[in-house]
Amino acid sequence: MRRTTFIAAVAAAVVLMLGAGWALPWSRMPIITFLCFGLAALGLTVLMRAGQVSFGHAMYAAIGGYATAFTVRAFPGADGLVAVAAGVVASLAIGAVVAAFVSRYRGIFFGMLNLGLSMVLFSLAGKLYGWTGGTDGLRFERPALLGMALERGQFELAMLVLTLALAVAVAWAVQRYFVSSSGQVMLAIRTNETRLEYIGLSARMVLAEGYVLSAGLVGLAGALLALVQSLVTPESGYWIRSGEYVFIAILGGSGHAAGAFLGAAVFELIKLAAAAYFTNAWQILLGATLIAVIFFAPQGIVGWRRRAPRQTLPQEAR
Amino acid sequence: MNASTPDELLRTEGLTLRFGGITAADGIDFSLARGEHLAVIGANGAGKTTFINICTGYVKPSSGRVLFEGLDITRQGPRQIARLGVGRSFQLPQLFLDHTVRQCLELASVSRRGVLSRWTPLSRAADQRAVAEMLELVELGDHADAPTAVLPEGRRKLLDVGIALMLEPKLVIMDEPTSGVSSEDKHGVMRTLMHALQQRKVTSWFVEHDVEIVRRYATRVAAWIDGRIAADGAPEQVFADPLVRSEVLGERAGQGGH
Repeated sequence: MRRTTFIAAVAAAVVLMLGAGWALPWSRMPIITFLCFGLAALGLTVLMRAGQVSFGHAMYAAIGGYATAFTVRAFPGADGLVAVAAGVVASLAIGAVVAAFVSRYRGIFFGMLNLGLSMVLFSLAGKLYGWTGGTDGLRFERPALLGMALERGQFELAMLVLTLALAVAVAWAVQRYFVSSSGQVMLAIRTNETRLEYIGLSARMVLAEGYVLSAGLVGLAGALLALVQSLVTPESGYWIRSGEYVFIAILGGSGHAAGAFLGAAVFELIKLAAAAYFTNAWQILLGATLIAVIFFAPQGIVGWRRRAPRQTLPQEAR
Repeated sequence: MNASTPDELLRTEGLTLRFGGITAADGIDFSLARGEHLAVIGANGAGKTTFINICTGYVKPSSGRVLFEGLDITRQGPRQIARLGVGRSFQLPQLFLDHTVRQCLELASVSRRGVLSRWTPLSRAADQRAVAEMLELVELGDHADAPTAVLPEGRRKLLDVGIALMLEPKLVIMDEPTSGVSSEDKHGVMRTLMHALQQRKVTSWFVEHDVEIVRRYATRVAAWIDGRIAADGAPEQVFADPLVRSEVLGERAGQGGH
């Protein structure tokens, strides 16, 4: 896609979402959810470009969400934006600690370690009743947003604008990172770590950096979702949620930052359609979509016209 | 133990490595001087690649040490050793298969420059002049924007060495630079590689099975047998060695000469 066409498409989507959110109040929550799922999946995409899949990344959404909730509850006058920032900082900080050791692992070990950690966190969120409110989650008062105290409908509209602005800015920055030298080293981790070491580059350092970025992205999504609902629950960090983020990232493809949002859009549409027509079998629809993607577009939506070059090569050259 | 001379680039002392019951390196004392082009010959399993792996930090020896320019690098990893000035190419070229030829060289270039930006695009962060020079030097100009995954084997070998040369090494170790290349292309690949190394005044050591290539390009030959250096010296001298003739070149007793 040419650059101008792409920018026009993004602008059209932005206008469409703003228009829908303004005219149709019921569409605000689905659009915000879609954007947040896109942001979280973008975090997974960062890792996928290095060939790594985390089955526990929703834990950063929970960390972001709880940090947001704690901030609002501890400092009643705090602005919603400050609470979201606290959520992002918390997920970045914990992401940095986790990155220090998970960056030693690859493949299934990397995925499972993250899953294990996320399940520990999920259990803690459910059991530490006094702090987290247990499995019912933690409710909090709707804070002011940019100094404005808003009633529910206005608040949702403002959150839509905020989330949309953040999503566009963050996706642009992450795409910039993808083509930067660090981002290209991430891509090289997927294909040849030995060669990276032999040209004097540390795969581990670069992967750790990418991991912190991915934790921050998922944390941002979790913080925004918590804020718009005035609620955070342990479910936001459950493995099923992690799996959904992985699903969206695969669906969208890791060739471009826009992939995560395209994947999230399809995911959200499937869920909306399923809620209307296949209430009891919506997972079947998701499963069928995933199978179709794997067979017909293994590089996801953004890479569906591109065949993997390695598929056309003899075995020993791979 | 004799002191290292200014001409000496790499030196090993009593390098030993055992894998269970197998001795892959059996007390190897070895020295390589600046400007040499050493060919290492030997049957499969003689320990040629293991010796490379030890000297480049991929495998740690059971005992002994490796000195590069007088500095003990025995416990260093491939990353540090690459930064000190030892480049390597592999029997199966190690390329970045999701990147183009140019991007592979750009990645090596940003490593050489020592800055990994999270913001500046790779193509702008790399030293484009150095990349263009290298594309010309290893004769990959026509393939610059081809994905590495579709390159023919000879080009892959050239790129593998080109990536190593981007770090401006003092020594390049090439593991079988012509294996897997068709017999028509072999000489062309080797000529390009040796020309590139001489242009950059890089010392080299390469593993090679083709006697004709060894005779033409090596200034010195070392023959490996069972984890030891069985013969080491000028090519004609090593090729005349009876043990080398029978064990490495596979000639039967009484055939050709003695």
